[in-house]
Parts: sequence; C-alpha cells; structure tokens
Amino acid sequence: MVAAPQIDIGEYQYGFRDEEDYVFKSGRGLTRATVEEISAMKNEPDWMRDFRLKALDHFQKRPMPNWGADLSGMDFDDIFYYIRPTEKQGKTWEEVPEYIKNTFEKLGIPEAERKFLAGVGAQYESEVIYHSLREDLEKQGVLFLDMDSGLREHPELVKKYFGTIIPYNDNKFAALNSAVWSGGSFIYVPPGVRIDVPLQAYFRINAENMGQFERTLIIVDKDAYVHYVEGCTAPTYTTNSLHSAVVEIVVLEGGRCRYTTIQNWSKNVYNLVTKRAAAYKNATMEWVDGNLGSKVTMKYPAVWLMEEGARGEILSVAFASDGQHQDAGGKVVHVAPRTSSQIISKSISKGTGRSSYRGLVKVYKGAEDVRSNVVCDALLLDETSKTDTYPYIEVEEERASIGHEATVSKVAEEQIFYLMSRGLSEDEAMSMIVNGFIEPIAKELPLEYAVELNRLIQLEMEGSVG
Amino acid sequence: MSGSNGAVKTPMFEIENLHAEIDGKEILKGVNLVVNEGEIHALMGPNGSGKSTLAYVIAGDPRYEVTEGSIRFQGEDILEWSPDERARKGLFLAFQYPTVIPGVSMANFLRMAVTNVRNARADEAEAEGGTAQRITPREFRRLMREKMALLKMDDAFATRYLNEGFSGGEKKRAEILQMALLEPRMAVLDETDSGLDIDALKVVSEGVNNLSGPEVGMLLITHYQRLLNFIKPDFVHIMTGGRVIESGGPELAHELEARGYEGLRSRVAEASVS
Repeated sequence: MVAAPQIDIGEYQYGFRDEEDYVFKSGRGLTRATVEEISAMKNEPDWMRDFRLKALDHFQKRPMPNWGADLSGMDFDDIFYYIRPTEKQGKTWEEVPEYIKNTFEKLGIPEAERKFLAGVGAQYESEVIYHSLREDLEKQGVLFLDMDSGLREHPELVKKYFGTIIPYNDNKFAALNSAVWSGGSFIYVPPGVRIDVPLQAYFRINAENMGQFERTLIIVDKDAYVHYVEGCTAPTYTTNSLHSAVVEIVVLEGGRCRYTTIQNWSKNVYNLVTKRAAAYKNATMEWVDGNLGSKVTMKYPAVWLMEEGARGEILSVAFASDGQHQDAGGKVVHVAPRTSSQIISKSISKGTGRSSYRGLVKVYKGAEDVRSNVVCDALLLDETSKTDTYPYIEVEEERASIGHEATVSKVAEEQIFYLMSRGLSEDEAMSMIVNGFIEPIAKELPLEYAVELNRLIQLEMEGSVG
Repeated sequence: MSGSNGAVKTPMFEIENLHAEIDGKEILKGVNLVVNEGEIHALMGPNGSGKSTLAYVIAGDPRYEVTEGSIRFQGEDILEWSPDERARKGLFLAFQYPTVIPGVSMANFLRMAVTNVRNARADEAEAEGGTAQRITPREFRRLMREKMALLKMDDAFATRYLNEGFSGGEKKRAEILQMALLEPRMAVLDETDSGLDIDALKVVSEGVNNLSGPEVGMLLITHYQRLLNFIKPDFVHIMTGGRVIESGGPELAHELEARGYEGLRSRVAEASVS
C-alpha cells in the first residue's frame, strides 16, 4: 500500500516556546507608571513621553469597539506590556543570545537572510534583538533600524511623521500601541533609491500573556522603491496574548512601497492592528496581507490617496480555521482627483472558522475621475464554516467609477472527484483547489513567500476532510 | 485474443451484474462486461442508456451508489477503493465534461498527479521485490513536453489553469494528455470524440492509439461510429436501459449505423423470446 506522508494533523508548527530569561519584565496590567517606566528605560525625549501618556489617557476612555469581531475574551489586566529579553541588539547572529538565535534558526530567518533579503530585523517580545542591512544600501543612505534606534538617531525625521498618519486617538488599539509601543521598524529610502530585494522584519512572541506592540514607520522618498515583508509567530498557550501594531507609511511623489505580511500567530493571539499609508503624487502603495494565524484578527490596511495620480492596491488573503475569526479587508480613501485603487480579497473558511471581509472605499468631493474596483471572493470548505461581507462605499463625487463584486462559493464535490480520479488524495485535492483559489494573490508574492503561503495552507488543510 | 492457449485466465477488468443508482434512481441494471489486456472495446448506446454512469462508477464517483454486483481489476474488487486508489492502481477515466479548477496550472496539476501515480506504482513494484524508477521533476518536464508535442499542444498550455476557458477540443486533448502521462492499464474514455472537429478527432485518436498496446485495456464510450474509423475496436457493445444488450465484433457498429438503436433493440427482443 501507499504510505501516507506523516504530518501532524492540524498542528501549529511554530508553537514551541523558550524558557524565560529576561533582563526586564513589567508586571501584568497597564498603569501610568508602566508607560512612564517604558519611556524612561528607553531614554526618550519628552515629546514622546507626553505622546504616550496622552494616548494612554485616550485608550482608557475609549470604549471597546463592538462593530467587528468578538473581543470579550480580551483581558487587558492580564497582559504583560513590556518585556526586554536582552540588553543589546546584535548586528550578527553570534551576538544574539543562544536560545533566541536558535528560535530564529527554527523559523528559518538567518537562512532566508543569506538567500534573498537585503536586510532583516528580528523582534523578540518587546525588543528588536537583531538588525542588519546590506552594506551598499547603507552607503546609499537607506535607513533600516528598529523604531527605538530610529527615534534616538533620527529624531527630526521621526518627529515629522510619527503619529501623523495614524494619530494616537484613531482607535482604541492605535491608542494602546501609542502608549506602550516598543520595537518595530523605521525605514527611510532616499530619493531615487530602488531596493531590488525585500527587507524583512520578523516578530516573535514567546512569553505567555505577552502583549507585543511594535510600531513601524516607513518613509519612501521621491521615486524610491522598497518591498518590506513581515512575518510573525508565537507559541501556543491556553491563555490569550495580544498583538497590536501600528504601521504608518508615507510614499512621496513617484515612489512605490509594497508591504507584505504573512501573519501566522498561534491560535491564542488577538491580532488587532492598524495599518495606513499616505500616497502622494503618482505614488503607489501596495498592501499584500496574508492572515492565517491568530484567534481573532481585525486588520484593514488602508491607503489614503492624497494627490493626483496616486494608486493604492490591497490584496488580502485570510484563512479562518476552527475557532478563528479573520475580520480583514482594506480601506481606500480617494482624497485627490485621478487617483485609482483596487482591493482584492480572498477568504477561506473551514470548520468553525469565520472570515469577514470589511472594506471601505471613500471618494471625497472634488476627487474627480477616480477609479476603484473591489473584488471579494469567499470559499467555504464545509457546511459549518461561515463568511460575511461588509463593503462600505461612500462616494461624494459624481465623476467616479466604482466597481464592486463579491462571490461566495463552496468547494464542489465534482472538483474533488475529478482531482482524486487523477491520483490525488482527498486532502491533496482540497489543498490544490484552495491554492488555486488564492493563486491570483500568491503570484504577487516573491517566490519564497508564495511557497511558504502554499505550505501553510497545506498544513491547515491536513485532516480537513474525511 | 487472450486465453488463446486455452488456459483459464482471470480477466484484467471484469464487470459483473453491476447495479448502481443515484438519488435512489437505478441507472445501471445489471451490466456485464469483460476487458482483457490489449483489447479495445467500444460501448455504444443512446442518450440516457447509462454509459456515462458506468464510466463514473468505474472511476468511483461518490454520487453513485453500487447496490449489487462487482467490478474487478486485475483480480481485485475495486468497489471499496477511493477514486485516487483506483487511479494509482492504473485505472483512468477521460471525462466527457472535465471540471474547471481555477488557479491551478496544468503543469502543477499534472506534476502532482503523475508523481502520485508513478510513485505508487514504484512502491508497489518495490513491495514485490522489484525496483522501479521514481519520477524526478526534470524527467517530468521532459515527459510533459514530449506528450504535449505528440498531441500538438502549444507549450503555453502548461501554464494555463486547468480546463479554465478551454475550448471543447482543448478539454478533450487535455484529458488525453493526462492519460498519456499517467499510463493507465485500463482506460475508459467517455465520449472523448464529442464536440471535436475532424482534425482534433485525428489528433485525439492518435493519442489513444499511442497508448494502446498489449498490456492496456480500453473502453471507448461513444455515440457515433465516426470515432471507430480512427480507433479500431476489437469488440463493440450496445447498451440500452442500463444493460449491455448485445456484444459483437466491429461489424456491430456498422450494423448499428445502418439500423439504429431501435432496429437493434427489436432484434434483441426477438432473440430473447425465441
């Protein structure tokens, strides 16, 4: 007989954990003292400390959002808001504590760095413990630092943009991040510099009940280009962890930024993230957003098209497996005339999983000759899984061309039979259909990530039938 | 034909008193059919006679329930086998209406199918103490290009999504390509000739003739005599009302052409009375 490949059925592959050996770990819960302590430990300028405290104030006043996913399982008092795993950041992997290095080895980061990346940042708990950038890019004036170093070394640039795209009072979780942020990436690409291969950041949560609040700011100057990729994983715990990032991006005239996420948090993580970009004249912003992990994700990458000719594109893939709710989508705001946008969302739901598409297309008065197209396709793998769609379209300008189409489909029995009649097992047939479904987005990814995405989906599909 | 030395031999493929239903409605009402190595059989019959149902049941389509009878392949009862097990053991069905699988390229699909089926065959050979070659990606690509050339298919075909936007002829060619790559021992072709112009019919027939050989059994399901001008069957069977009502040599197809199903049916009825 044919031996079936031995793969752990439905097991999350990155659920392992390290023993804690930390330089500093805050107590559970969030107070003014916690925020002041974080700011003091980081030796921050007063303006940043004040920004944090204002944000904390707003966070505490702001009610929980009740329009999206169920967040009733979140207990803010149970979370550790700041953990510093090590005193210093490595510029080589040898300088990183052995056990953390081993973890990133298991995640394949140093290998990927050697093979196809121009720079890498690795964050473990609250701090970026490793950072590198290809020498030639450094010489061309590219900055790729962790956010804390960015603030220390380039205070003027940071102050000019930080919190301008996503103000501290934007929403409850942006406020939380603004109060306790730590780590994340700071990137500046000078005019005309086009970075040919991706920069990558990898975020790892290790401790139980950890809250990770990285903060990323990317500035792409005129006619420059960068592709930034982030990946994330965490150990599997029975209690909840929280990941709440803020990502702000500015793309100046003629520039282009592509931001790719492969989110694969363990299924006990609340992933509540605010991501927004402002694109100026003839600039292009592209979000490629893959959500596979987490317990609950609420994430709607946004592009504000500020000046003529700006273009925004959001490609979103979500896979909601047992017990997961992927509430994802995208927002495009057309502020200026002759701007264009596209949102393509593909979701897959399985078992008790639920995926929701939530999206906004807004066209301001005066933004003439705007073109926007939204396509959202949902695939249900069985009778129990769920999907829903919340497309919001607000158009204040008559001369706008807005398209929207949505489909919900089920995997057809005849498709499974057809593939099985060619020697594919039922699981393989199902995986092939699902991978075909997301192909329009997978083909936009660099090969290595497309392979990774397919592999992750394959793992999710193991044991999904029969 | 086989058994010419007079010894009793297990048929390669044997359907016995097969009854099958869909949604409680019986379609196959006792089909009997034997196909030996090296034989090409044609199965003809009017619409709704159960020809396609027979094809689906042979391939293991879960929509159909077999209520009685058996299908044996190389001496083993295959009715409990899943469709993929059947494929790995060397059964193949060329679908009349192949399904579209969006986003899956022909090349990816074929690579997986061929790897699964060939490796299963290699496993089996090894289990029996022999050795067998496992297919490498390079070997697969070479083989795919070779078979595509035989079927006069453009290289770009490999990158297209499976059956998506294929013309009728392209779909049939793609089915024959799959058959050529999987090298089945027993192939069932369900109306592979329908909807083909004469040139396409020639190419497809050539593909079928290339596969046929002393070790391969074939069952061609067809509506028309036309296909049989290109592929010479050893036996012809007529199916109506869920049964094979008459079997004979190639001349039966010509008789059918001349007399029609009604003519044949009445002759069979007379014969069964006498």
